[in-house]
Amino acid sequence: MQPEWIYGLAGGLLIGLAAAIYLLVNGRIMGASGQLGEVVDGSAGGTMPEKLWFLAGLIAAPGIIVLLRGGADTRLTSPVWIIIAAGLCVGLGTRLANGCTSGHGVCGISRLAPRGIAATLVYIGFGAATVLIVGRGMGI
Amino acid sequence: MTLRHRTAFLAGGIFGIGLLMSGMTDTQKVRGFLDLFGTWDPTLAFVMGGAIVPMAFAWRWTIGRTPLLGGRFPPRAPARLDARLTVGSALFGIGWGLVGLCPGPALASLTWGGTAGVIFLVSMAAAMWATPRIAARLDAARPVA
Repeated sequence: MQPEWIYGLAGGLLIGLAAAIYLLVNGRIMGASGQLGEVVDGSAGGTMPEKLWFLAGLIAAPGIIVLLRGGADTRLTSPVWIIIAAGLCVGLGTRLANGCTSGHGVCGISRLAPRGIAATLVYIGFGAATVLIVGRGMGI
Repeated sequence: MTLRHRTAFLAGGIFGIGLLMSGMTDTQKVRGFLDLFGTWDPTLAFVMGGAIVPMAFAWRWTIGRTPLLGGRFPPRAPARLDARLTVGSALFGIGWGLVGLCPGPALASLTWGGTAGVIFLVSMAAAMWATPRIAARLDAARPVA
């Protein structure tokens, strides 16, 4: 039994609380790819300031905690071309599918949305296959 | 800064702290979850499960109500599974498996993720900018049946 499960569960509850606040107060789906994607492609329109404030909180709050306490590491050590390829896949894929782990996963599954459940099964399946083939098979 | 902007900032902040606390900004924990044939790390399942509980209650509350700051709750999307959803999610899964980052943690870890994190975020944002343009070309190129 690993104690980090407790942190996972507690952190997960915070993520769900954040999504609930954004939904109940602002009436919005808390999807990270949607918030960022609509800002960078300009489709946010009049909701641009709201999405920018959301992104500011998402970057600033954990940033301040890590600045004060330290100890955080993303452990992202892949070759640069892999990081670029991964970023392009995640950006294109989440915008085509209209959601990522937060939007389709957290917000979709909790509503029993068929598209959210299907998307989550597909990206976890392809993610696991990629780790098996590229991570274990090719050692990247 | 209107009340709507404050709650957006608050929600983003709690989301980011949740991602940090849960370990989801650690790419190796995420890849450990996706690595079904190694020493499987179940943390992500606990994070997802923990996040779904408050949201399930939130969705129940929305029935017959409107958001506290006005407007309407997002309507249910038609239960239609199309190529954009499946191909997009497959691409996302491949990128996610390659480095263990999805959009939320990539943003949350921006201040401490170093150059690698910035390179990922810039690549992701560039692809997000390009996606509607690519999709429009694909739609235009599709023969009318």
